[in-house]
Amino acid sequence: MAELLIVNNLKTYFDRYDGVVKAVDGISYKVNYGETLAIVGESGSGKTVSVLSLLRLIKRNGRIVDGEAIFDGKDLLKLNKEELRQVRGKDISIVFQDPMTSLNPIMRVGIQIMEPILWHRVMSDKEARERAIELLRLVGIPEYKTRVWDYPFQFSGGMRQRVMIAMALACNPKLVIADEPTTALDVTVRAQILNLLSDMKEEFKTSVIFITHDITLAMNFADTIMVMYAGKIAEYASAEKFIRNPLHPYSQGLISSTLDINAKEGTLRPIPGNPPSLVNPPSGCRFHPRCSYAQDICREVEPEYKEVEDGHFVACHLVKGGKFNA
Amino acid sequence: MPELLSVKNLRKYFPVKKKFLKAVDNVSFSLEQGETLGLVGESGSGKSTLGRSILRLIEPDAGEIIFDGVDLRKLKGEELRQKRRFMQIIFQDPLASLNPMMTIGQNIEDPLIIHNIGTREERRRAVEELLDIVGLGREVIDAFPYEFSGGQQQRVGIARALALNPKFIVADEPVSSLDVSIQAQIVSLLYELKRRFKISYLFISHDLAVVRYLSDKVAVMYLGTIVEMAPKEELYTNPLHPYTRALLASVPKMPRDGERQRRFSALKGEVPSPIDLPQGCRFQSRCEYVMETCRKQEPAFREVSPGHFVACHLV
Repeated sequence: MAELLIVNNLKTYFDRYDGVVKAVDGISYKVNYGETLAIVGESGSGKTVSVLSLLRLIKRNGRIVDGEAIFDGKDLLKLNKEELRQVRGKDISIVFQDPMTSLNPIMRVGIQIMEPILWHRVMSDKEARERAIELLRLVGIPEYKTRVWDYPFQFSGGMRQRVMIAMALACNPKLVIADEPTTALDVTVRAQILNLLSDMKEEFKTSVIFITHDITLAMNFADTIMVMYAGKIAEYASAEKFIRNPLHPYSQGLISSTLDINAKEGTLRPIPGNPPSLVNPPSGCRFHPRCSYAQDICREVEPEYKEVEDGHFVACHLVKGGKFNA
Repeated sequence: MPELLSVKNLRKYFPVKKKFLKAVDNVSFSLEQGETLGLVGESGSGKSTLGRSILRLIEPDAGEIIFDGVDLRKLKGEELRQKRRFMQIIFQDPLASLNPMMTIGQNIEDPLIIHNIGTREERRRAVEELLDIVGLGREVIDAFPYEFSGGQQQRVGIARALALNPKFIVADEPVSSLDVSIQAQIVSLLYELKRRFKISYLFISHDLAVVRYLSDKVAVMYLGTIVEMAPKEELYTNPLHPYTRALLASVPKMPRDGERQRRFSALKGEVPSPIDLPQGCRFQSRCEYVMETCRKQEPAFREVSPGHFVACHLV
């Protein structure tokens, strides 16, 4: 499959009073046309920054130190402000976690959906209106013809997230970034939104980067899984390979510390300790203080992020020949 | 095991613009000593209001709360305070529930001081022991809450709840604000504590997997009432209420055998407003099996097999 996005050696650092936070520290990944990539990690692992850096949606104290991000043939990190604006909301759009704070509370939802269409001059005002109504129908808003002129507060949480998805799809983007799109929702509504995302992906043939802390969800939903830990990629593989053979001890730990609904009593195996500070990350492998297999080499030498079997990348000293040897 | 807590027809309505939000509407259940009741439901189902009403942190409007043989609603002042010593709560947001101006040690010692227990030396020893129990270690005694991560703060919250040797703890979403790996640590700790001390828990959570792991029996709440309650295994393997079934079906499962789910079984619609409840069954607007009776008559909450209660006309 052809590559839509290739990220190479991306580094995004934040300046803080106590030093430099290396939130994303040299990561490389790619997304093919039509692919769903799930980026999995805990808070502070750099999963959101590694993607929002592409659109330079990072806080003021943040800076992209190194790397390239080739999207559809051009390097996003080299675009000037105006060129970047042409990409934002048109070729790449975002669905955020909290629809209430990411929708404009004093603007009718239809107008908000029309905004990117009109800004990018994709179609006329009249066509844009029709498009907004059509999008609301597609994302399953009941009585969409009248609700299109309602305000966000008149919608429930799930319905607001549907509006966000409609907005993200307004300009037929090539890539949709979904940043924890279902985390704020109740379980039954979460299932609805996941199904909607699947349907929309089919309908619009977009690629999706799905950022989540929920490894169960990622393993079900994505084509490819990328596990991040402390600003680095721990493991990257197709979902099939990852489910069959998760190699990094952190990936294994995430799986064994996730409670499945069918889990037997007493089977939970939590990872000890806490995620490290990114101002002063641990030496060698950043996971070594929490890793039960850590050896001397893990404390001293940073493991190389390398391909261990076809399309399966891992950064761990103990993985050899596609197998984990402890 | 003797019965520790029995809640009968508990009710809490909040007035909203001349109408009432029926947050807890005629809820009854009982709990044995050492038993954990898991309470699941979506936001707005009334599970937190129920938990707090039992402790009278929210004053219920009607019903009985028989704790250790005494109706808590009939107690006041010093009598209530004495009983409350044996009932504690762990909150969702650990930082917000600790006093930021007190050290970790002072936070944990506070309940002991309030109830006038032990000398200063004895209390210090008790605090150190509690710190060991929750896996923090004694050396953190003089640290302040802000210096801790969320998981460590929650351990402090748990230590404080244990300080008075309670018989009953309401744990209100104690792990939902924590990261996955930390969540697992706290769930493991609660599991150990449950086995070590004979404490009864009301474990409130929207996470069906965590509830299954920690509970002995489980109650499912929807719009202010319990729609189904059963021993844990019974509820998860033989759910009877259409809402319970939908909840269980909507949870993604770990695809261990390579069988992945691309689509998830989803309930139609969303939880309706608890202010204008329809006549009949509360679940009618989202139920795929809805019948005429469901729209007219509210189903009774009845026992269909030993310990398995359900409120549905179709069962």
